Amino acid sequence: MSEFEPKIVAFFCNWCTYGAADLAGVSRLDYPPNFRVVRLPCTGRLNPKYVLEAFKRGADGVWISGCHPGDCHYIAGNYHARRKFTLLYHMIEAIGLDPGRLHFSWISSAEATKFQEVACDVVEKVRVSGPNQSFRKAKLDLGLAEVA
Amino acid sequence: MMSLEEISQKIQASAKRLLTEGKVEVVIGYRRGSIPMMAAPHFARTEDDCNQLIWTSFARTNLAGYLSKFSGKVAIVAKGCDARSVVGQVVENQILRENLYIIGVGCLGMVDTELIQAKEPRLYREVTEDITTIKLFGADWNTNIVKEEVLRRNCKTCLSRTPKETADELIGDEVQPLPNDNWADLKALATKSPQDKLVYFKNLIQGCLRCYACRQACPLCYCPVCFVDETQPQWLGKSNDEMDTLTFHILRAFHCSGRCTSCGSCEAACPMDIKLREFNRILEEEVQKEWNYVPGLSWEQKPPLTTYRPDDEADFIK
Repeated sequence: MSEFEPKIVAFFCNWCTYGAADLAGVSRLDYPPNFRVVRLPCTGRLNPKYVLEAFKRGADGVWISGCHPGDCHYIAGNYHARRKFTLLYHMIEAIGLDPGRLHFSWISSAEATKFQEVACDVVEKVRVSGPNQSFRKAKLDLGLAEVA
Repeated sequence: MMSLEEISQKIQASAKRLLTEGKVEVVIGYRRGSIPMMAAPHFARTEDDCNQLIWTSFARTNLAGYLSKFSGKVAIVAKGCDARSVVGQVVENQILRENLYIIGVGCLGMVDTELIQAKEPRLYREVTEDITTIKLFGADWNTNIVKEEVLRRNCKTCLSRTPKETADELIGDEVQPLPNDNWADLKALATKSPQDKLVYFKNLIQGCLRCYACRQACPLCYCPVCFVDETQPQWLGKSNDEMDTLTFHILRAFHCSGRCTSCGSCEAACPMDIKLREFNRILEEEVQKEWNYVPGLSWEQKPPLTTYRPDDEADFIK
């Protein structure tokens, strides 16, 4: 049987980590292909329910990444996001979701090597956590598009 | 110590004075409920209405949520936790401070009717109370129950029993907090393994019907459209799926983080007697620990999620 390949939903800020992923690609840096990237205008746009929705629909891990504090394109978006992340991370941990499934990072658009390192690290951690079986819906509601 | 009748009379007198002087157009308080051990919300506009106002230890509903339904000047009867919710309504711009008059009452704690029924399962016909005891009367029996033994959990650990800083007038004696640790059970829970925690919380909500009575009762839940009712996208399925229910409770707690005053309205409203505040308290503790913020104590301090500090710590971020 083939080795478990985690599915990871990644929420990247358009202005930094998304650019870093681009740069990593252009620079031919190897990183695992386990991510489904959702591009956000800012990490401040991230609503905690997106993260829960991802897990609920079967994601094995979630990775959220944005600009370094102080470098936000919208001045303070990631400062606000950081407070939300603190509560989200603590809540998820307290409820009993394996903390190895939820990852946060600050990666600027110039840090392609940091992107590569963190990407490898996230995939390894989620791989250790194994398939998400306890925090997903047993029966998914099929959207119309999936039925048709 | 002032008796419950005296407190009731003082509330009535204040309400009459405020209405006749034209300071407010309505006084929100409690009246006797239609069944024993229940207090109903009461909106007093006339002298007759005022005579129905009471103070009991069954006044578990938080009335702060009604304030924004009135555009004119309103007075509200508030125990410690309710007064904090009222402050929250002002801080969140739901009502104007100048339209508001808070009749604060020193609160000895509200009782948990479930605990009473566990102690005395027989069918009662009439219930009376004084400051320390609840008296149950059945067909041919009666029992006394000591109030302190059947207090709600949030009342046992309440640190704001008297709303003396925020109330416009204070009725009853100032009440000191009980020496209980609010976070003891959370600390015990934190030592468990992730699997055990998840099992604990899934068991906790097993009975949940998702009737959303907790949301309706909560003074913080005033969104015109709640996320559970949104359909495009639909965040929660309509079936009773365990994960949907868990998501609802996590997000409900999230929306109340930095705002919840532990008034226990949600638990009082829950028809399945689920300990909903277990979810809220996780974030209540975190907000207090991280940003040293306790909701509803100050008219000026900004809620923690509307502000930030450049040096906020978050060592879990790589």
